[in-house]
Amino acid sequence: MTTTRTFLRAVTALALAAAAGLAAAKDIALLNVSYDPTRELYRDYNAAFAKFWQSKTGDTVTVKQSHGGSGKQARSVIDGLEADVTTLALAHDIDEIAGRAKLIAPDWQKRLEHNSTPYSSTYVFLVRKGNPKGIKDWSDLAKPSISVITANPKTSGGARWGYLAAYGFALRQPGGNDATARGFVARLFANVPVLDSGARGSTVTFAERGIGDVLLAWENEAYLARKEFGADKFDIVYPPASILAEPPVAVVDKVVDKRGTRAVAQAYLEYLYGPEGQEIAARNFYRPTDPAVAARHAKTFPKLTLFTIDDTFGGWAKAQKTHFADGGVFDQIYTRK
Amino acid sequence: MFFSRALLKRHSVLPGFDLALGFTLLYVALIVLVPLSAAFLKTFTMTWPAFRETVTAPRVVASYRLTFGASLAAALVNAVFGMVVAWVLVRYEFPFKRIVDALVDLPFALPTAVAGIALTSLYAANGWIGQHLARLGIKVAYTPLGVLVALTFIGLPFMVRTVQPVLEDLQRELEEAAATLGATRAQTFRRVILPILTPALLTGFALAFARALGEYGSVIFIAGNMPMISEITPLLIITKLEQYDYAGATAIAVVMLVAAFALLLAINLLQAWTRRRQGR
Repeated sequence: MTTTRTFLRAVTALALAAAAGLAAAKDIALLNVSYDPTRELYRDYNAAFAKFWQSKTGDTVTVKQSHGGSGKQARSVIDGLEADVTTLALAHDIDEIAGRAKLIAPDWQKRLEHNSTPYSSTYVFLVRKGNPKGIKDWSDLAKPSISVITANPKTSGGARWGYLAAYGFALRQPGGNDATARGFVARLFANVPVLDSGARGSTVTFAERGIGDVLLAWENEAYLARKEFGADKFDIVYPPASILAEPPVAVVDKVVDKRGTRAVAQAYLEYLYGPEGQEIAARNFYRPTDPAVAARHAKTFPKLTLFTIDDTFGGWAKAQKTHFADGGVFDQIYTRK
Repeated sequence: MFFSRALLKRHSVLPGFDLALGFTLLYVALIVLVPLSAAFLKTFTMTWPAFRETVTAPRVVASYRLTFGASLAAALVNAVFGMVVAWVLVRYEFPFKRIVDALVDLPFALPTAVAGIALTSLYAANGWIGQHLARLGIKVAYTPLGVLVALTFIGLPFMVRTVQPVLEDLQRELEEAAATLGATRAQTFRRVILPILTPALLTGFALAFARALGEYGSVIFIAGNMPMISEITPLLIITKLEQYDYAGATAIAVVMLVAAFALLLAINLLQAWTRRRQGR
């Protein structure tokens, strides 16, 4: 009899302990709304973060991803998609979420290091193997015999970085000013036969349809295209100078406060700055901001002069208005003929 | 037109004219009018000069020309070749006819993006068809011609499926009678068959045309999207949205809606007129 009772008691204790354990370890779901080329990066990072968070708190965290054109993704959040964090292609899109829907505090970009940019990137050239047209610098792209592939800067956040890189190059030439820079981008875009709506679309046009001599691409997209379509088909060309592309991240304040996920969302972004997050970013061809990790991957990321949007264009709000708004510099390229 | 026929019919199958009409109005209001009036309301946040400037900007006007022009052309191509396809499917027996018949419906079911990508890889300068055309100096993908190809593809089933049942009902005896009265084949077609087919052809034409106007998914892959040349109006609407210009986007949408409605109404009136002329 006693043995049965002891056994029963043991079973009850076990059951209680299990129940207590279940109650303590929560299941948390986060939604990260991101832009197009980060699929591979966040697939790796989400797994690493879940492991880290479980060992730290015991909670299971599942991060769901949403990818698409940066502007479209921002609009979904404005229109009510409940994102805990946004990781978009450019600060302007997060500014719009903060300004229009008031979902994010206006000073969001000061809340995390490096302008809330845990990893950076730049715009480079992807050319056909052996670089048959000898493309070395931005000036080559405006030559009459060159065909350039890029996405439409009006619809693609990435293409805006590419356009601004070209414009910035022209500004930085001896005697460069807004007039010469406009002339330069007009000549460059006269060489563009197809304007896809997104960065991935233009990669496909260049790589699969075989159109164009050079593709303006995110550095990480260029590496990815080589990995995807074969390193024997394409070469990556680094111009001597390009733009420092900063894809920023932010916690969506209104959503995390409502869902009670602020702590984990904050940790999710901060861990991106940690050694493991930086390592994953570097392995996915994003430039790490951590000097130690950057040193380890120095071979992948050649040094080039990188100019910033703040110094060259006075920030995103101004660049957006001058260049990409309706009737702006980019529209004038096509309507002033 | 279905509506007017239902009104004229005395002994309706559906019970209660009032009930049926009330239901119809409510249904149309909920499904069609409410979402569309939302577009109109959003537009009213703009001032008149701003509206006019948005919808008459050179890029936008160029896109109307392409969208309406290519949609009309595609519907016309389908009117001719869709009728031939329907004729063959109804009148002749051949191996795998059922399969061919089912294939006609594929553009209905295929996600438009898939259609766009498939057509682009076929017609690009390195594609199966594109490379032969390139040798002749014809470029299809990334030109307005590509837009026409995509719109023709998605419009085909509308034409075939509206003409087919009418052809099936068409009595062969009519043609035989025409022949015994000394009509040539061309005369028989023009004076006997075509008048009977005209209402169905017009319906198919209107459906294919309307579908083409709104098409986005398949076209953006093949169009090349060059401003002033190969940008369709729906793409400009999306572009406006990307810039958070909701009012501007709906302004263009409203112009498209009004123009499309006017054209469709004209086609429906034409159809009613041909019906009356035939004394049906």
